[in-house]
Amino acid sequence: MSDSTIDTAVDLGLEGAVEGAPSGPGPAVLQKRPWLGILRNALRLTRTRIGLGIVTFVVAVAVFGPLVAPHSPTAFVGIPNSGPSSNAIFGADALGRDVLSRFLHGGLTILWVSAAATLFGVGLGVLVGLVAAYSRNWLDDVLMRANDVVLAFPQIILVLLAVSALGPKLWVIVVTVGITHLPRVARVMRGAAQDVVERDFVKAAEAVGEKRSRIVMGELLPNVTSPLMVELGLRMTYSIGLVAAISFLGFGRQPPAADWGLMMNENRLAITVQPWSVLLPVLAIGLLTVGTNLITDGIARAAIGIDGRSRS
Amino acid sequence: MSATAVEVRDLRVELTGRNADVVDEISLDIRPGEVLGLVGESGSGKTTVGMALLGHVRRGGAVGGGAVIIDGRDLAHLGELDLRRLRGGTVAYIPQDPGTSLNPALRLRTQLSEMLEAHMPDWSDELRVARMRESLDEVALPSDDAFLARYPHQLSGGQQQRVAIAMAFACRPNVIVCDEPTTGLDVTTQARVLATVRELCRSHQVAALYVSHDLAVVAELADRVAVMYSGRIVEIGTRDELFFAPRHPYTRRLLRAVPDLEGRRAVVGIPGHAPLPTNRPTGCFFHPRCDLATDECRKEFPPAFEVGPAHFVRCYHHAEAARDIPVEGGANAVHVAEAPELVLAIHALNATHGTRHTLFDVELEVHRHECLALVGESGSGKTTLARCVAGLHKDFTGEVLLRGTALPPAARKRSDSARKEIQYVFQNPYASLNPRRTIGQTVARQLELFGSGGKDMGRRVSECLERVSLSASAANRYPDELSGGERQRVAIARALAAEPSMMVCDEITSALDVSVQAAIIDLLRDLRTEMGLSLLFITHNLALIRTIADRVAVMTEGRIVETGPTATVLEHPTAPYTRQLLANTPSITVAEGPATAPAG
Repeated sequence: MSDSTIDTAVDLGLEGAVEGAPSGPGPAVLQKRPWLGILRNALRLTRTRIGLGIVTFVVAVAVFGPLVAPHSPTAFVGIPNSGPSSNAIFGADALGRDVLSRFLHGGLTILWVSAAATLFGVGLGVLVGLVAAYSRNWLDDVLMRANDVVLAFPQIILVLLAVSALGPKLWVIVVTVGITHLPRVARVMRGAAQDVVERDFVKAAEAVGEKRSRIVMGELLPNVTSPLMVELGLRMTYSIGLVAAISFLGFGRQPPAADWGLMMNENRLAITVQPWSVLLPVLAIGLLTVGTNLITDGIARAAIGIDGRSRS
Repeated sequence: MSATAVEVRDLRVELTGRNADVVDEISLDIRPGEVLGLVGESGSGKTTVGMALLGHVRRGGAVGGGAVIIDGRDLAHLGELDLRRLRGGTVAYIPQDPGTSLNPALRLRTQLSEMLEAHMPDWSDELRVARMRESLDEVALPSDDAFLARYPHQLSGGQQQRVAIAMAFACRPNVIVCDEPTTGLDVTTQARVLATVRELCRSHQVAALYVSHDLAVVAELADRVAVMYSGRIVEIGTRDELFFAPRHPYTRRLLRAVPDLEGRRAVVGIPGHAPLPTNRPTGCFFHPRCDLATDECRKEFPPAFEVGPAHFVRCYHHAEAARDIPVEGGANAVHVAEAPELVLAIHALNATHGTRHTLFDVELEVHRHECLALVGESGSGKTTLARCVAGLHKDFTGEVLLRGTALPPAARKRSDSARKEIQYVFQNPYASLNPRRTIGQTVARQLELFGSGGKDMGRRVSECLERVSLSASAANRYPDELSGGERQRVAIARALAAEPSMMVCDEITSALDVSVQAAIIDLLRDLRTEMGLSLLFITHNLALIRTIADRVAVMTEGRIVETGPTATVLEHPTAPYTRQLLANTPSITVAEGPATAPAG
């Protein structure tokens, strides 16, 4: 009958057992998580595994680094901008502090700030997007036009505006980076939800008087988990870049604290003399974004069902 | 040219990489001017056979043996170029959905001439245009330049399908494959399209393979009929033999599942499922669902027995089948004594869709325990009316009264008890269940909303599922793990979980196979007697209402043109529209009483 009878016939290996003789009133299990399946499929892809390896490595450096650092991040260990030596494997920075120790101490901030900003922004964005898609009235217009206003500015400009007005506080960065993610996420989620909104099971929920909040969280959200996971990964990548840039510009953690973005700024003038103090944080941030990007790509592929092998 | 236009010998199409066939042992032939109906339920392999005549196998499959011989040429020996010339030229194809088979970006002139250019490359432009106009005339479409300049979206569904037919016949093929070409069309349009196909096949002496799941349509059109079950032809014979004296148990049960306009039969479903290509039983594939099955059937697939002139059946027990399986069902519709208690009343209802006025002064009443069928073609406004009742369409004036109390238009504004009383079952079971929730979660939520929630939820969910003959294990499944019929049962179970007094069923069987449809109708009938349910049953299938409805309301263009008891409306229609609808509805006449089985 349909164009894909062969495919369906093969796929539906599970059907067939539930109709017919009732097996007596046994209790029914009511829980199961389908999105875990996407993650599992994503993990089968090489790119996801490589990405996960890279991210795990960089996160481990940032988290356990302070425990294994040979020196205090603020202790002077040598002549400023001196090269590698037995005391300091990667040399000393512009003020004569150990580059390796500062590097090992400086990753945690950028990681948690980007993660928090991502969660905050994606969470709000999903909410706004789904509400806009579901409302289909003036509220949709108001939300989406407000999004357009935010979208008109580059993300970094808005964040710099906020930190210069409110001071270089980490929570300001978290909130503003999150808010600049919001419209981008909201657009994608609204698009994804728009065709779910028209499906009959949403109407069925309306007909029995489900609350709007329940329809948005219970009926719409579970049906947009794949774009949501992709969005999470993608925004994390952007957050890392953004947070690093802000910190490089001097609005993140303040000296003498160790921080990857700050390290690049402090040592950039001597890059030809002592490249390690810039190169280490650059490598770490670069690896991290490549890693999160690979994971995101893997999830996106798993979500739409490309698994590399079936293509050939 | 040989006497047969199409000859299929022991065709086998298998799934690549698996030791399973989609279809096997398919043998049939079609003479010029003859229409062979190929009937089967979804997944039976009928489209695969139709495609094989075009020398095409869908992805994931491959021809594993046998031969398809068209005009004396074996398709297996043709190269890609010859095959391309064959398709459209010698063998034409009419697809199921004209909306997707016509290119929306091309004018009709371009579409039609593309076809002619490919197959008649040495023709002049004038000759092509002349043939174009001739073809359109044949299918009763205008053939002037203005019409040729139109785009597909400027035509109605029926017109699009007739353009597809004109395209198929334009190159004067010898063989034509029709893949359910009337599935999406209204009965009136369907009748016109069928008449066109039949006439063209006769006048041009074209051999046609008509693939369909609709037995009534095939009964109208075909000269001979083949019935497929799980990849095998189980019975083949002339139209009359097959409908008057069917011999295979499956054919007989299938016929019993088809609703009948004259109402001599109550529909009865076939329990169980058709097996999938990968897990067919040994022996006869139908034996797990067959009452007559013996050890013999479990061992080996029966060979073809010749039971009449050109009538073959693959069943060891064809004689018993003819004797023991009635083609008619047992009981007829439950006609409940008119209970005076009014459940639902619709008064002076006018509805709009934006600026369009879609319902005009509708008046309806449904009593307790009664089934009112609302019949009409697509676009007649019957779904809008149902949605007004359920509170899903709120742009209306007039009153919807539940036991005498006017209901607010929007479901959200209605009281909990009003929402509980009226439950809505959607047309498409593939869309009405949240794919990310298990069946158990879906039903449990309904219980939480309307029943007393709390402990014992698992057991109560199981009870709800058992009420619609699903086992409790279905609760852990997701909708995509169930078949269409099972999903629709879940949707009904969900509605029943609220313990409503009124159920609005919007074309709930139109997406399902006949045997599944019969089972659902069966279920509804039982539930009505058990629970004292009132039904507002919306359908475009007139034959169906005979088995289920007490009263009928006929609707066209937003107005109700006739209401009355089912028998009266079907036998003595007063409105001209009802008469036209009845005349256009295809129907099968089957033998009354058990067919006489020959000795031996």
